[in-house]
Amino acid sequence: MKKLIKIGAAVACLTTAVAATAPAYAEDVLYIPSLSYRTGPFAGGGTPNANGFADYFNMLNERDGGIGGVKIMLEECETGYSSKKGVECYESTKGKGALVYNPLSTGITLQLIPKAPVDKIPILSMGYGLSATAIGEKFPWTFNYPTTYWNQLSSILKYADSKGGLKGKKVGFIYLDVGYGKEPIPLLEILAKKMGFTITKYPVGVKEMQAQSSTWLKVRKDRPDWMIMWGWGAMNSTAVKEAAKIRFPLDRFIGNWWSGAHADMRPVGEAAKGYMAANFSGIGTSFPALQDVIKYVVDKGKSQVKSKDLVGDVLYNRGLFNAVVVAEAIRAAQKATGKKAITGADMRVGLETFKLTKERLKELGLEGFTAPIIASCKDHEGAGPVFIQQWDGKDWKRISDLIPPMNDIVRPLLEEAAAKYVADKPGWKTQTCK
Amino acid sequence: MELLNTIFVAPFIDMFSAPDFLIQVLWEGFVSGILYALLALGFVLIFKASGVFNFAQGIMVVFAALTLVGVYALLQSLGLSPAFAAWISLFLTIGVMGILALSIERVVLRKLVNQPDIILFMATIGLTYFLIGFGELVFGGEPQKMIASELGIPSGSTSFDVFSGVVILEHADITAAIVAAVLVVCLGFFFSKTRIGRALRAVADDHQAALSVGISLNQIWVIVWFAAGIVALATGIMWGAKSDVSFALQIIALKALPVLVLGGFTSIPGAIVGGLIIGFGEKIFEIYWGGLIGGGTESWFAYVIALVFLLFRPQGLFGEKIIDRI
Repeated sequence: MKKLIKIGAAVACLTTAVAATAPAYAEDVLYIPSLSYRTGPFAGGGTPNANGFADYFNMLNERDGGIGGVKIMLEECETGYSSKKGVECYESTKGKGALVYNPLSTGITLQLIPKAPVDKIPILSMGYGLSATAIGEKFPWTFNYPTTYWNQLSSILKYADSKGGLKGKKVGFIYLDVGYGKEPIPLLEILAKKMGFTITKYPVGVKEMQAQSSTWLKVRKDRPDWMIMWGWGAMNSTAVKEAAKIRFPLDRFIGNWWSGAHADMRPVGEAAKGYMAANFSGIGTSFPALQDVIKYVVDKGKSQVKSKDLVGDVLYNRGLFNAVVVAEAIRAAQKATGKKAITGADMRVGLETFKLTKERLKELGLEGFTAPIIASCKDHEGAGPVFIQQWDGKDWKRISDLIPPMNDIVRPLLEEAAAKYVADKPGWKTQTCK
Repeated sequence: MELLNTIFVAPFIDMFSAPDFLIQVLWEGFVSGILYALLALGFVLIFKASGVFNFAQGIMVVFAALTLVGVYALLQSLGLSPAFAAWISLFLTIGVMGILALSIERVVLRKLVNQPDIILFMATIGLTYFLIGFGELVFGGEPQKMIASELGIPSGSTSFDVFSGVVILEHADITAAIVAAVLVVCLGFFFSKTRIGRALRAVADDHQAALSVGISLNQIWVIVWFAAGIVALATGIMWGAKSDVSFALQIIALKALPVLVLGGFTSIPGAIVGGLIIGFGEKIFEIYWGGLIGGGTESWFAYVIALVFLLFRPQGLFGEKIIDRI
């Protein structure tokens, strides 16, 4: 009997302790899970992004006491860029009052899209994920500001077209042979017909990321006029090295915004001189917001960044910009609902109503950092422009103005793709926008 | 008829109409093959000594390469000249791989003598995750530049005009081929002609029998893991020079699997011949036939080659035919 009482008491204590420590984040904090990857083959891209994302929220906590007087609580969950682990992270954090998920992986995003409306937590796949989620009516819970892979591709092709025309030319498309890399292919095939160029595809398997000599021998054989890359991780630096090796002109080789990081090109150095990539977020630390991050977070040793020199890198700033969009959406949600501590459903409203205007960017200390975004119910991407940057052997330099996408062509295709996605999912909830 | 022509005629016309390109393909196949052989060698050495597939070989490549560039960065910050710092780093890294081998033997393997192979295999999985965590803790996850030029690995390329075309040989590839060949020959000699080599073969055959004739199993294991560590370092330098030094390098170890299946898990010549067959085979197939099925055939074609060979020699090209009494 004594033993039973002891066991009973132990269980009661344990239950009380668990209950006491069980997170009730929604009540007093703004809880944001960060599905990051600081380990594994893609850590080189995941780490700076995660640092920029975390440091901006830390800065808001330190400088402003959070957002609207409520502290932000960021919890990282390591995915290793694995969809399976990403879903595990989602499942283990969604019950803690998560406001929004930023999966940093197209594979994970694809897994979470159907879960978002069920759990009422929006997904912001900023500059990745499923392009069709730009259609707000069909995907009320998924957002991909400031622009989609499809629109980005159209901007890249516009840039290439402006350098001597693409009609009658050969374009090679080298891509990581996973969901992310294949995403823009349907649009590429359509635009090839419309713009009058031919395409040759060069898939690179994950195992072959660092063994691309066959791929580039084929490029040498096919002699394309332009090469476009949808790469990630070690694939990028290897591809640029191999391109230089076969003497492919690097000023005819453009990567997408995940193929143009400092982490990619530093190991290649001078050999990558001339290689270009798209980008939509500022480079460097000359922006007042970045200076605040350094002052309130990095200099105080509250950042995970290994060296101050890495602040302002392309992917660090991309992660920071992701945090800016989340923070602005939280503010919009607080304003719309009148609540300080918001829920995932409120956050969805915020993601459809925030306005990151030119003036607001200036107020935030990010003037000229990126193009304005006006969120809306209908348009969950904003069809934002990109610019082209070029590696000068040591650093990325912006070499073009903002290039708007071919939205007139892309938008109907996105609508078609969204309708197709929804068509075979009975019970899928859409929304009507004014 | 059109299909038959595309498969059986057109690729050969392609080959002979552009012989300079064919030579380039064969050269790239040779370079890949010799590097695959180097990767496979790391697995073979440990398999020979313990009968265990070393799951940690891939992460040992990463660990060795990261140690090299990490120590180099440290020495550079102390003001040493690049070349001096690079060579000192190389020797220090060899030392670190020695310490790692000793630690693995003391902490992991010594307790597992005579345990079933699956236990040792599981131990190498544990070792992998330990090295991943430890490596990330010490070196971080950011890609690093391999100190190839600092180590004297030449950059640039030499072109030859051949059959009214051009063949480009990268100096780094030539160096990789030479280093890999020298390493393979030295290890082959060491393990076939020396006392330790004979002891290794005895250990591979039977742990207990080897112990009973006075062979120190612990010593052999340290030597073999150290040799595998040096192979991992050479592999890390060569592959790191081709792209960058990051945790992605561990994936490259997967390229050794079909080589092992083909060449046999216990044969050093098998690793070399297997590596070359896979290197040549996958390059030629991808370039001349890959386009017919959408390209990207390298991820699986090596296994097809290995399986075809296995149909005729299940023990691999040079593997030992083991007949167990049941």
